[in-house]
Amino acid sequence: MTVDDPDTDPDRPATDGSGAAPASPLEGAAAVTESRPRWQVDLGYIVLTTIGIYVLITALGLLTGLGFGGVFRQLQTVTFLAAAYALVVLALNLHWGYTGLFNIGVAGFMAVGAYGMAILTAPTEGTTTPGLGLPMWVGIPVGVALAGLVGLIVVLPALRIRADYFAIVTLAFAEVIRLTINSGALADVDAFGRQLGTGGGRGINFPLLEHAIPRWVLYEGGDPAQGATFVGVQVLTVTNRLGIERTVVESAIYTSVLVGLVAVVFVLSVRTANSPFGRLLKGIREDELATKSLGKNTDLVKIKVFVLGCAIMGLAGIFWQGRNGYVDPDAFLPIITFYIFIALIIGGSGSNTGSVVGALVFAGVLFEGPPYVQRIINQVIDLPRPTTIYDAVVALGSFDPLPLVGYTVGQLANLRFVLFGVILILLMIYRPDGLLGHRDEPASPLDLRAERPTDGPSSVDGGDDDE
Amino acid sequence: MGDVTDFTWEQWFGVLLLAGVGVLILDLLRRLAVGDLGASTLTTFLWRGLVDGLIVGLAAVGLSMTYSILRFANFSHGDLVTTGAFSGWTAVWVIGGLGAADLGSRLLLNADRSTSARALDVHVYAEPLAIVAGLVIAALVTILVALAIDRLVYRRMRDSGGIPLLIASVGVALVLRYLIVFLYGERTRGVVRSSPSIDHPLLFWTDGVVVHELIMVGSAVVLMVGLHVLLQYTKLGTAMRAMADNRDLALITGIPTERVILATWVIGAGLTGVAGYLIVLEQETLNFNTGWFLLLLIFAAVILGGIGSIYGAITGGLIIGLADNVMLVWISGDLTRVAAFMLMILILIFRPQGLFGGVETA
Repeated sequence: MTVDDPDTDPDRPATDGSGAAPASPLEGAAAVTESRPRWQVDLGYIVLTTIGIYVLITALGLLTGLGFGGVFRQLQTVTFLAAAYALVVLALNLHWGYTGLFNIGVAGFMAVGAYGMAILTAPTEGTTTPGLGLPMWVGIPVGVALAGLVGLIVVLPALRIRADYFAIVTLAFAEVIRLTINSGALADVDAFGRQLGTGGGRGINFPLLEHAIPRWVLYEGGDPAQGATFVGVQVLTVTNRLGIERTVVESAIYTSVLVGLVAVVFVLSVRTANSPFGRLLKGIREDELATKSLGKNTDLVKIKVFVLGCAIMGLAGIFWQGRNGYVDPDAFLPIITFYIFIALIIGGSGSNTGSVVGALVFAGVLFEGPPYVQRIINQVIDLPRPTTIYDAVVALGSFDPLPLVGYTVGQLANLRFVLFGVILILLMIYRPDGLLGHRDEPASPLDLRAERPTDGPSSVDGGDDDE
Repeated sequence: MGDVTDFTWEQWFGVLLLAGVGVLILDLLRRLAVGDLGASTLTTFLWRGLVDGLIVGLAAVGLSMTYSILRFANFSHGDLVTTGAFSGWTAVWVIGGLGAADLGSRLLLNADRSTSARALDVHVYAEPLAIVAGLVIAALVTILVALAIDRLVYRRMRDSGGIPLLIASVGVALVLRYLIVFLYGERTRGVVRSSPSIDHPLLFWTDGVVVHELIMVGSAVVLMVGLHVLLQYTKLGTAMRAMADNRDLALITGIPTERVILATWVIGAGLTGVAGYLIVLEQETLNFNTGWFLLLLIFAAVILGGIGSIYGAITGGLIIGLADNVMLVWISGDLTRVAAFMLMILILIFRPQGLFGGVETA
């Protein structure tokens, strides 16, 4: 979490200090020295984690005879989830990792984005909760803007309160949003001469984004009747020849669009972090009073970054629910926020690379892992299934551990939450910086080390030792 | 808070809040006079508000104590409520249901769906001893769990800031909640039969007093008075106040801070466990999320009364309980929580020291 960490890893590449953005003008300068520039290292972390998780899932699945179909579905789910998480985790990293704004109302902002989009794009007739029937290219930006607007409403009054109060305020806001959506009061409203509403507990059905977005890529005007676009022709020819089903192609495109969005947000986030604005964010995180006394308008900076992060959370909410074509309030329980936090803390708050790695590890291993293992175990062994732990323990008395094992395997989906908790506790006690949060992020846009090659890295970082 | 601008903000907020409450009370009187609102409906709301409020207050005392002495918002507090509820009612079923059902289904509160609260006849007239025993065991188990957690987790983090402790407490909450699921299952189960009630001409304001609610109110009041005596007339209370004020200074003065922390957990967790147990006595059903869903209301009570103030927590609980019920006059039942949370947000933003000026009486 520190800008300059004196306990820097000694075997870290010497050119770590170069601009981290791929498009950085310093890229060339960094490439002169023999070690790789930081952005390559960062990309390496992400690619290696992805490959590692893919190999793990594939190996486990194939070795135990789950078959290619099962493995493929699992990989697709994991990729989608990891990308959706990565988007939110990057946004939260802007809030908490860089600015120190402890926002635990993430689920609420995701809900605003998703509901904004759903109300705008839901068909006007023939559904339980009618909407405005607008196309998705209206719905998505408005949903994102709404999430940002609600972020503005939340942050304006909450600018100066303590971090733990800020946490409770944001959590309470998220619950207010969810309970309001859930209530009957706004379920059916007459507005603009139409039937509208949040649908209360029954939720809203809207056109599947998982269909709409890929069709928009594949066909002219998003309509299969009007013929394929240039991209569409290429993709469809190849996939037809390979015999891949259309639905599989569409969901693959949907996931790719999401991954592309993550990449865009990632680059933007890295560039933000390295910009003067980013230094202000880190300054607020480390010592707001000091930053203020340098004549910086910290309130304005906090408002900007909070609104930006909330808008990205709204976007993530839209894509996440767009896969189902259905939103309901139960999808935005506070636990979602804590999932995001776990992912961020694993990766290391204050690191964009860490955010993505954390999202990958959380979605691929922690969240999807236990049910996957459960599926595999069920496929391989036929374990006894006692209905309660009492029966399992009684069987243990007659030296038969199998019922207890069977019960535990049956409970894996619940036990993973225990695992989340244990990981969170262990990380906070032993490694509060997560996997990558300990690395220093240079405050200077110039690579100071490159000019003084004789100096070790610590002497450059050492300037902050006396703080 | 000596800043002039802060002061005016607060004053404005106070005036607005008082005006709002005044308007609502006037409207309430108008409705009573016009006959929109029956007097019996209002007394029902008030009584239910008192019952809910005392229980929330009881749970809030524990949260307020740990907040002021350990200096972090404990998000696992709701799951301590659940722990108390499950352990206490397991004890009631094991003791009270002897012979009525086999041990397995009694130990796990009917996880195998082979029996029911009706079959075991769990209510206060049929099983008075078991219900008292359950109350004690709920407190004991919750205290032990809280102490174990403190030893394993929070003690290693005494010098971390409030936020790392808050995050760790979220982890603790998840572990506790899903270990309860692992043992008992996810199902919502009824564990108490509906309460007997007393009908007497002297009880003019209501058709009948529900005995379980009476027990709840009685236990809550007794515990609160006991707490008051303990903290006002013992050295422990002074030590706690000192620690809440300045931990380093307390340490220098020779106050055994670790022992005070231990006492904080014992008192706080004990009351929390009892609160969880009593909540179930009233609502008759139990679920692994029972406490988690209450957590934000408990926070609202603590914040309303001012963090660190025990009397504030009790008063905050009462206000939240009353507001949650009396609000039904104006808004539908699914929005009363929204109103309570909005009130909490406003207090946190405009008057973070609570309604009563944040006198730390821990």
